[in-house]
Amino acid sequence: MSEFTAQDYKKGQPRWCPGCGDHFFLASLQKAMAEIGVAPEDIAVISGIGCSSRLPHYMATYGMNTIHGRAAAIATGCKVSNKNLTVWQVSGDGDGLAIGGNHFIHANRRNIDLNMILLNNRIYGLTKGQYSPTSPRGFVSKSSPYGTVEDPFRPAELCFGARGHFFARCVASDAKGTVEVLKAAYAHKGASVTEVLQNCVIFNDGTHESVYTNEGRKKNAIYLEHGKPMIFGENNEFGLVQEGFGLKVVKIGENGVTEKDILVHDAHCEDNTLQLKLAMMEGPDFPIALGVIRDVAAPTYDEAVDAQIEEVKAKKPYHSFEELLETNDIWEVK
Amino acid sequence: MAEKLEIKELDQVAVRFSGDSGDGMQLAGNIFSTISATVGNSISTFPDYPADIRAPQGSLTGVSGFQVHIGAGKVYTPGDKCDVLVAMNAAALKTQYRYAKPGGAIIIDTDSFKEKDLEKAQFKTNDPLAEMNIDADRVIACPITTMVKDCLKDSGMDVKAMLKCRNMFALGLVCYLFDRDLNIAFNFLKEKFAKKPGVAEANIKVIQAGYDYGANTHSSVANVYRIESKHKEPGRYMDITGNKATAYGLIAAAEKAGLRLFLGSYPITPATDILHELSKHKSLGVTTVQCEDEIAGCSSALGASFAGALGCTSTSGPGICLKSEAINLAVILELPLVVMDVQRGGPATGLPTKSEQTDLLQVLYGRNGESPMPVIAATSPTDCFDAAYQACKIALEHMTPVVLMTDAYIANGSGAFKLPKMSDLASIVPPYVPEELKGKWTPYMRNENGVRYWAVPGRKGFAHILGGLEKDNATGAISTNPENHDLMCRLRAEKVEKIAVPDVEVLGDKDDAELLLVGFGGTYGHLHAAMDEMRAAGKKVALAHFKFINPLPKNTSEVLKKYKKVVVAEQNLGQFAGYLRMKVDGFVPYQFNEVKGQPFVVSELVDAFNKIYDK
Repeated sequence: MSEFTAQDYKKGQPRWCPGCGDHFFLASLQKAMAEIGVAPEDIAVISGIGCSSRLPHYMATYGMNTIHGRAAAIATGCKVSNKNLTVWQVSGDGDGLAIGGNHFIHANRRNIDLNMILLNNRIYGLTKGQYSPTSPRGFVSKSSPYGTVEDPFRPAELCFGARGHFFARCVASDAKGTVEVLKAAYAHKGASVTEVLQNCVIFNDGTHESVYTNEGRKKNAIYLEHGKPMIFGENNEFGLVQEGFGLKVVKIGENGVTEKDILVHDAHCEDNTLQLKLAMMEGPDFPIALGVIRDVAAPTYDEAVDAQIEEVKAKKPYHSFEELLETNDIWEVK
Repeated sequence: MAEKLEIKELDQVAVRFSGDSGDGMQLAGNIFSTISATVGNSISTFPDYPADIRAPQGSLTGVSGFQVHIGAGKVYTPGDKCDVLVAMNAAALKTQYRYAKPGGAIIIDTDSFKEKDLEKAQFKTNDPLAEMNIDADRVIACPITTMVKDCLKDSGMDVKAMLKCRNMFALGLVCYLFDRDLNIAFNFLKEKFAKKPGVAEANIKVIQAGYDYGANTHSSVANVYRIESKHKEPGRYMDITGNKATAYGLIAAAEKAGLRLFLGSYPITPATDILHELSKHKSLGVTTVQCEDEIAGCSSALGASFAGALGCTSTSGPGICLKSEAINLAVILELPLVVMDVQRGGPATGLPTKSEQTDLLQVLYGRNGESPMPVIAATSPTDCFDAAYQACKIALEHMTPVVLMTDAYIANGSGAFKLPKMSDLASIVPPYVPEELKGKWTPYMRNENGVRYWAVPGRKGFAHILGGLEKDNATGAISTNPENHDLMCRLRAEKVEKIAVPDVEVLGDKDDAELLLVGFGGTYGHLHAAMDEMRAAGKKVALAHFKFINPLPKNTSEVLKKYKKVVVAEQNLGQFAGYLRMKVDGFVPYQFNEVKGQPFVVSELVDAFNKIYDK
């Protein structure tokens, strides 16, 4: 049992709009941190700019609310120079995938031990309602009054494309599901991406409507668990099977389908092909995948940096500045 | 590099071409000396024929060399040792390396360093550089044979004939390094091969390819820019380039402060050698991250500082543009950060390998908001060490980003560096928040120097948030209060103003100069030489050369107003002069401005200053 409670991670009064998904997520993050049990002074929460990037202000940990898009890069320096810190990096879809897209992919590629949170409400809230890189094609917003003419990013696809080793998804309003994936993200050594589906009550209300309520998730989502069969539905009547190169929804008991035919989730599988297919599922034909979709162990950058330093220390004869000077060609003036 | 200046600066330089007897080293050397003689250099050459007349190809006894010594004044000998050694094969490296100066550059044809070549040259391992204890940084390793073949693939020549042109590739590369005019070489070849225009054409093509290779890869030779004379002061010395000295300054400062040194960087000419140098020294715990872009370089460094390290980032002007946002964040977070700007010609990509002082106003003012930041400009290759050390000390003790300005000229140039002792270096004591402030401390609480305390993550009871939004001075909470913002802008400015920097020293005729020369940063050597020349001619001249740009030394106004005439000379269109005019009431200097991407030419400075003097 951890010696901490969620209260130990709380600070101040959040100023997000009433009903904003950020409130839910903040509470879940604090609860997850209490369950994880890392002391507040050993945690750094680092954000960029945007509604969700206000989050560190409400944490009783060390924190930095930085500049637009750069949170992952700043968090990288933090973690690489001080691996005793547990680093959470919080960004919205604009901060993380538009202006910060480059840092997002490279933090994943390098596999720096960061817990990267992507709060995805598919809209720019702080600047009052422009489309974001995750808004669907044709999305009407203040900056796209006739609909967008571009396709969105799917965060999982970007994470996998950048050779990410951990991807999880949760819904902000689902406290239990959120706490679970955050704990898994922490437990994963290396870069982890947690996509939080989140509503913006003002500018994009209902964007994740199909899975925002308990009832909705029962119907329209599947909770993936490593080693468990992929069964979902209000009465656990549906399952996922592989068909050809794709996935297929089947009804258990129909056409001779039994539980044994249902795919068993393997989050630890190095090959991400099926994991990506799961992450890309969309309604109405497929359920939306929640939970830990990919969780594969790999060497982390920050540990490799320190290991290399130790290795070179053992090999090289100089370990101080004055010893370094002596490695040069030196002459003496008398 | 200006021809005239180059030679003046260098006084003299020696290049040794070496290879197999059939490699045409004499011809390459001859052409190089001819080019130099044509532009007015004095020359002395020394052909070094192989010991055996018909030694087997690639063997130690078959090596032939040709040393060319060129000088501004009279050169009397071919030079004892060479600044650049061209070794066309492994045997040449083995036998000729002894003629290379310590730290001198070495050009090798990697295609002639294959297993068989190494065997013929009697190397015991397949790593000849390691075996001979040659620092790879000194070596321009280039697949000359491959490139020559490629260059002549459409010429209709057979391979044997093509390979005869390898010497011209090496010559082209050397010409690039010393900024020689290729047209002279072209004319020489056209004359020599008047009856074989095909051969002349092939040779010309290959020279150009070698020259282009140098330009494309930004090849540089540290010693080309030797600008400091040997110190007379007793002590132990090493030759050091500005970039290496900068790296050493950071290492020394981190060790003194007891902090981890973190460099976030992205390769950019001419700053990359700082990244290279620091990347080597992991045995000192130095951490370097080659980031995805300039922005991440600076951002990661700032993150490292937040986490309790000495965060640094190295770049050149275009990189400063990209880093400005994160530098500005460091200003408002009030965290230490050292930003190195090795200036090159601009704007935009500009002249990547050339030198200017055109980033001054950018580093002083190129950020949104009131964004005060200390700026230090190193004055010579060896001064880069002290300037970098000072930059770290100020950043850590005053909790601020600091820009260290150098330039391509001093960064690639080298000088005799007296080995410092750690015990002689000034202490570095960051303002860590005292334990007794626990419970009372807020993030923007300041010490007597107006510096906020540093609470490094991990310390219980000091958890806090910093951010790019304006904070309340008392509570550290986000604040848009107008009075508070005004106060915070002033507090940040005062903090920088309060930094103690040494007075600017006046050299030369400090009591009765008719003309005061004023400069900053990397032009120190030229301005000093110009002053010396004028004083030798009986003129009353002084020099005030600035290293500390922001804040300016306390005696700045007094010095600038003391003399009848003042000329500010700089490699831009008047940025420092304008800055001084803003800072010193009523100061109206003469100006000498040049933006050629090349170092000043002392004789031109003297001519210009004499005109002002005689007005």
